[in-house]
Amino acid sequence: MNSDRPAQPLDVLRPRNVGAPIRRTEDPRLLTGRGEYSADRKPDRPLHLAFLRSSQAHARITRIDTAAALASPGVVEVLTAESIVKDFKPVIPFSRMTNYYATPILPLAAGKVRYVGEAVAAVIATSRYLAEDALELIEIDYEPLGAVSRPEFAVTEGAPLLHDAAGTNVLVAREFKKGDVASDSKAAAVRVGGRFEVTRKAPLAMEPRSYTVEYEKRRDAITLYTSSNIPGIVRDAISESLDLPGHRLRVVAPDVGGSFGSKGSLYPEEILICIAARRLRRSLKWTADRLEDISSSSQAFAEIVDAEMGFDANGIAISLQADVIGDVGAYSIYPWTCGLEPVQVVSFLPGPYKIASYRGAVRGVATCKPPTGPYRGVGRPISTFVTERLMDLGAKALGIDPLEIRRRNLVRPEEFPYRIASGIIWDRTGFVECLDAAAETAGYRELRSLQADARKQGRLFGIGIASYAELTGIGSRIAVAPGMPINTGSETAKITIDSTGAITAAFGVASHGQGLETTLAQIVADDLGARFEDVRVIQGDSDEVPMSTGSYASRSAVLGGGAAKHACRILSEKIKRVASHLLEANQDDIEVFGGKAIVLGTDRAVTFRQIAKAVYSDMKTLPVKAREELSATYTYDPINGTTAAATHIAAVEVDPATCFVRIVKYVVAEDCGRIINPLIVDGQVHGGVAQGIGAALFEELVYDDDGQLLSASLIDYVIPSAPEVPNMEVVHVESESGVEGGFRGMGEGGTIGAPAAIANAIADALSPLGIEVSLLPMTPERIFRLMEQAKLKSRGKSR
Amino acid sequence: MSAKISVIVNGEKYDVPGVEPRLLLSDFLRDTLGLTGTHVGCEHGVCGACTVLVNGDSVRSCLMFAIQVDGSEITTVEGLGTPEELNVLQAQFREHHGLQCGFCTPGMLMTGEDLLRKYPLATDEDIREGLSGNLCRCTGYQNIVAAIRSAATKRSEKAS
Ligand code: FES
Ligand code: FES
Repeated sequence: MNSDRPAQPLDVLRPRNVGAPIRRTEDPRLLTGRGEYSADRKPDRPLHLAFLRSSQAHARITRIDTAAALASPGVVEVLTAESIVKDFKPVIPFSRMTNYYATPILPLAAGKVRYVGEAVAAVIATSRYLAEDALELIEIDYEPLGAVSRPEFAVTEGAPLLHDAAGTNVLVAREFKKGDVASDSKAAAVRVGGRFEVTRKAPLAMEPRSYTVEYEKRRDAITLYTSSNIPGIVRDAISESLDLPGHRLRVVAPDVGGSFGSKGSLYPEEILICIAARRLRRSLKWTADRLEDISSSSQAFAEIVDAEMGFDANGIAISLQADVIGDVGAYSIYPWTCGLEPVQVVSFLPGPYKIASYRGAVRGVATCKPPTGPYRGVGRPISTFVTERLMDLGAKALGIDPLEIRRRNLVRPEEFPYRIASGIIWDRTGFVECLDAAAETAGYRELRSLQADARKQGRLFGIGIASYAELTGIGSRIAVAPGMPINTGSETAKITIDSTGAITAAFGVASHGQGLETTLAQIVADDLGARFEDVRVIQGDSDEVPMSTGSYASRSAVLGGGAAKHACRILSEKIKRVASHLLEANQDDIEVFGGKAIVLGTDRAVTFRQIAKAVYSDMKTLPVKAREELSATYTYDPINGTTAAATHIAAVEVDPATCFVRIVKYVVAEDCGRIINPLIVDGQVHGGVAQGIGAALFEELVYDDDGQLLSASLIDYVIPSAPEVPNMEVVHVESESGVEGGFRGMGEGGTIGAPAAIANAIADALSPLGIEVSLLPMTPERIFRLMEQAKLKSRGKSR
Repeated sequence: MSAKISVIVNGEKYDVPGVEPRLLLSDFLRDTLGLTGTHVGCEHGVCGACTVLVNGDSVRSCLMFAIQVDGSEITTVEGLGTPEELNVLQAQFREHHGLQCGFCTPGMLMTGEDLLRKYPLATDEDIREGLSGNLCRCTGYQNIVAAIRSAATKRSEKAS
């Protein structure tokens, strides 16, 4: 737009930034070590916190002696539940769900401990080294109450109760029902089913949880810098708990080193560090070491699903039933509750399929482990694993190709909006289009003939498909977590042009790697008519907008983007009004783009800077009434939200000697609506799939029957490294959604599809041996055992 | 008991008295010198986020004590390019979207620098092998591999 040629309407209407692979605004600072994560804050002479954590799974605390620790060099204070009792109110993860018991959240364990790793006491010292030295001097006596480790044991009669007041270890129970499952199942031509399990995972962001609280003497105020993706929720909860108004409690999520859900709940340590800052009137720092992070951050998945699907003779799924036990750990988390993960499994189990009748029952069971919480995909990696396994089992039983059986059951384009049997409504999304695109890109037919050749040579080669749908960017009609009272359905954008002409767009979302500073600026630049590089996006700061929550549930592009578009519209009208004075033109003849207001068809233009000057600094040019502040705030609520969908196809080869699974091909065809930045979208898919690969093949938090964590280091908890992750091909079926901007959420999908696709591929590879896959991760050891059992069985038969 | 150590970090000389023998190199860089670009992801030598170059070789700064580097020359991520002028590898990370949250990135860059200097990296498998001691939870590695590949190509173009 540098030429002097008069602007034409077409130039203005063509979006320049949305859809373009724009390099990220965040990168220069993050690539040069100039980013600022919570642990990088350098407040004046901060004190350091260290936590003494429970070594017991379930025990009464009978004595704590902190005298020796208090006398240790550099120690300023030692806090226990007793010493802080007057400093806060417990935070309750409330929900309107029936059959739900909300366990209160306390900064330090009071009376008893319920998992190994729960914080019992906190040492505050002048350095982290000295604080950790003093931990060893604290004496605690425990009276064991009996560990509850396996969820099947937790629900048995006589199992020790974690929360006496609940009267049971079942913290939440729900049932979804539609139609007459029993009779449909009876009428089915084939029934397939089994017991499926996905073990406990750690979201494992590379940055451990980290908090720095900065005390401001002048105002007796505190700012909490937190590695959180929900700074707004944290602000509101701590404000209430500590009885501190929002203007004296600011919560900022600066650069955050990944979350994937593990930093998406309120943590006891966040409350404690604020309590300590207020008591001591000092700034403090705490960063978890890796062991603390794995053993006290929210964990994931951990469900056992007994499921059965019935098909008619044509391969149409007609009935589905499931009983789910979710191992939710010792507490319900704030704000999502312990229902979030397991309830989501039953509400998404029918997936993108038209299954007539359904019954899904779920129990969330307390065990002596850290609470489960959100993890990329939430519930749907498990529901998709189960449903997609059942689809393949049905296909096998009926002799139908796995691709074909899905095509017969997916909701078709003309059938949207479609309400699935669990009650979720899918809006128009490319379900079948994704299936076809994935099959074409993967070369499905060729893969099958490769497989036939491989089998002739005795090689174990398999192909797996997984289709799924998810709800993203959900508005106020649906609570992100069942029955939760917090408003997760709206998002605010506040866009301002200041007296220098600079543009600042503030949001309540909180990026932790998704590049929202870039994508939201792309939207603002297009919709305001600004230059991309002139837009500064502020996010993750509770002081910037009156109410915010954060980034979770694949909401930020849809809600933040929608809010931005509305706010831009309002602000752009203001700009035009001013420009019409300055340019002496009719407002309708003015267009705004490239940081200027221009009279269409002429070369008359004013820059944002000139406009700002006229409005704010200049007392003569504009009539008083026309000096409207150049800012606009809009809170957007998409009401229902929108669907996102994908099909993943994986081809794997299992090495019969080492039992290692090699992924030879990986294809994702996904519909995330209008794409804001293709670089970022592909990056999200790659990362999500890599996490799904981890869940499918390697990752497992192992607790023994005494509730001790056996895989608390990165040596024992194995996440994929570069050699284990294949190259992925990602294709986009870009069907615009019905929400503002046509966007759909897409941050989580990769992790939803990958475990199922890989499980199906392994099952397909091992099918000549008669092996089924019903548990993830499929580690080499598990595959070895299954192969050994299969050998024994076939020997038994041939005898 | 504490010692005085002298180091050159990113070309600048530091004489630091009172260094405790147990102080980790990672903590020395971050807390004593204020160079917080070096990140700490595990403190047990697995994640690679803390990787720096000591006398030209990549090391995990969480597995070394500060006093061990007395008299050494250290390069951290702050010693590569600047935001205005990224170095070749940094620029390729940006070009190929090789970072998301940026937490593993300093370690990836320092390992990448080491690989580019020492190995031919003939295939992408070589790059992946070379990165196997650096964990990233965000990117799925694909774009990191692409960035290093492209930096390798640019370096060999320059060299020829
Ligand atoms: S922090 Fe040094 S290897 Fe992880
Ligand atoms: S970019 Fe987040 S861990 Fe690598």
